[in-house]
Amino acid sequence: MVIGGSIRERVARPSNRAMAWFLGLGALLSVSLAHALWFGLDGADPGHGVELVRELGLSDLALFTEARYTRHLSLADSHAAFQDHPLALDHFPTASLAAPPEHLRNPHVAGD
Amino acid sequence: MIRLEQISKVFNQGRPNEFRAIHGLSLGIAADRVTLFTGPSGSGKTTLLSLVGCLARPTSGRIYLKGRMISALPERFLTDIRRSTFGFVFQRFNLIKGLSLIENVMLPAYPLGLPFPELRERAAGLLHGLGLGSKLENRVEWLSGGEAQRAAICRALINDPAILIADEPTANLDSALTREFLAIVEGLRGQGKGVIITSHDPLIAESAVMEAVIRMRDGRRVERMAMED
Amino acid sequence: MLQAIERQRYFIDYSLSSLARRRGKNLGLLTVYSLIVFLLASVMLFTQSLRQEAAAILKEAPEILVQRIAAGRQDLIPAAYLERMGSLRGVSEKRGRLWGYHFDPAIKANYTLMTADQHQLPPDGILIGAGIARARGLGAGDFLSLRGNDGKPAAFRVEGILPAETELISSDLILMAEPSLRAFFGIPDGLYTDLILKVSNPREVRKVAEKLTLLLPDTRPILREEILRTYDAIFNWREGVVFVLLMGALLAFVIFAWDKASGLSAEERQEIGILKAIGWETGDVIRMKFWEGGLISLSAFLLGYLLAYLHVFFADGFLFEPVLKGWATLYPAFRPRPVVDGLQLATLFFFSVFPYTLATLVPVWRAAITDPDSVMR
Repeated sequence: MVIGGSIRERVARPSNRAMAWFLGLGALLSVSLAHALWFGLDGADPGHGVELVRELGLSDLALFTEARYTRHLSLADSHAAFQDHPLALDHFPTASLAAPPEHLRNPHVAGD
Repeated sequence: MIRLEQISKVFNQGRPNEFRAIHGLSLGIAADRVTLFTGPSGSGKTTLLSLVGCLARPTSGRIYLKGRMISALPERFLTDIRRSTFGFVFQRFNLIKGLSLIENVMLPAYPLGLPFPELRERAAGLLHGLGLGSKLENRVEWLSGGEAQRAAICRALINDPAILIADEPTANLDSALTREFLAIVEGLRGQGKGVIITSHDPLIAESAVMEAVIRMRDGRRVERMAMED
Repeated sequence: MLQAIERQRYFIDYSLSSLARRRGKNLGLLTVYSLIVFLLASVMLFTQSLRQEAAAILKEAPEILVQRIAAGRQDLIPAAYLERMGSLRGVSEKRGRLWGYHFDPAIKANYTLMTADQHQLPPDGILIGAGIARARGLGAGDFLSLRGNDGKPAAFRVEGILPAETELISSDLILMAEPSLRAFFGIPDGLYTDLILKVSNPREVRKVAEKLTLLLPDTRPILREEILRTYDAIFNWREGVVFVLLMGALLAFVIFAWDKASGLSAEERQEIGILKAIGWETGDVIRMKFWEGGLISLSAFLLGYLLAYLHVFFADGFLFEPVLKGWATLYPAFRPRPVVDGLQLATLFFFSVFPYTLATLVPVWRAAITDPDSVMR
């Protein structure tokens, strides 16, 4: 008459379900970490990008193409719009995402 | 054997609504018998029950359980004693809504960490014993009054306590169910367990099952009620 | 030991059953909670990946770039400056770069035109970045007509498209032979846009830069380490802005979660009373509530993080595209490569799991230290 711990009941027990849930999520997390290690920047070969940079002497990412001082972030000079004042809002939206280049924030030589 | 010596219980001490529920009460209760605390509402019988059952500590006085003074023990130990010695059936049964019947019955044993199959089997056994075997997985809010009470009794018995404590157990039951309850009490007595009940239900008070009756009025024990209701 | 585990499992059983009672509300909470973690984690993973990608690609950038400054603005630099600087110790290679911008009114896009001598392009031949090819619908063999410096349209034949995996740096590039570029922009021989210097020994870079400022006082050297730091700081600037924008959502959630977690209903209070009366210690009640908060917040953390991982590394962070794009027409299609920073992950874990769990515990503490006989009254 008494039903002790049949398989079905054990599965139905909330903590077992929770354990399955967290084991599943934990496994996915491990997969994501393994994926990051395997396909990440450390493991993967940097590809043609590096060659192109070396070949052409490129200095910047083509991430923000709307304005020249965001296209070539590292070459921007102090007269580019948003750098007149570091907190000034720019008329190009992406300029508000990127920081002024290092050589402007921290000039190593006089002359800027 | 439970012995109470010069017990007083004061609620809201030092505040304007201070209320003295028990006045210097001394008495002994046999642990293996059926004892009734009776008296009108406000007589202090429920407070007395919570003191005996280690739910509350007396403001002054001492309580001994099997010769060991328990009234001054810290909460941890008191809980331990309460769990192993007493099982509680509350007036409104106090089953936890949203949980299944068997989960409710297993609850008092959760902190003990027994193996799950063993605990579940024990709970199922108790429920089968009181005729609730077909409703193990039902939610408790679907139970009738009588079923809820039997479920509460099963829950009180899950840790195999020596004494069952019931506060106004028949307040919400009709006569037929009250008789059924008394039958259950008799059965427990047969198994060697003690039962302590508070009630002002004449059906209970007149029952042959009651072996000792302690009458209360205004926080004191009285020998005989002048006009018993 | 086993008994201790079994105990915790019982508390988990209880808290799950208890959560299941208000299934809709708790699932809603979990959804909003996961969404917040998702947004935070997406920003975190995306910027981290972009930073690392920039560092990996630009580590081959020239060690020193020399710009000529005239009247406070960058100006074309005479090739003679290469001779003027003479042979600097440590400089293994120096040459001029010739490049410029061209605005294409047809698609309202800015191109970056550059010379590429290595490719031996014919006078009217160009190589274009994949972004331009996509935006203008061009393939190898097609012609691209651009309005030159003299106002006349110049037609170029697309010789090839730069590899798609270099899009992050080449999306808007048009490479052509040097004479073609000079003719197109009208830049006379003997002038370059800027100069690049290769210095093999990194310790000599600063020395070289100092000598340059003395030798060529009207120039400004830009060091590779500065370029790298500029990109290392990319978004640091206003990663904050994104977080501030998220702050509103975050605050709304905090208020909601605080209310949900910290406000104990009369029902819950009574429930705690019952548990204590039937033999649970204060600690047991708190353990059970700890699991309740912990299970929700840990689930939200894992769900949000995993979704963010999928979003950034498998869906190319498509939600960020409009933000990064701004008004630009050309946007590089690139797949961020996965980078996971343990410290960042730990920080995200800490800030997503702990506050909520604590918020659930504080009020329970207060409720749980009440006497168990309250249920009898």
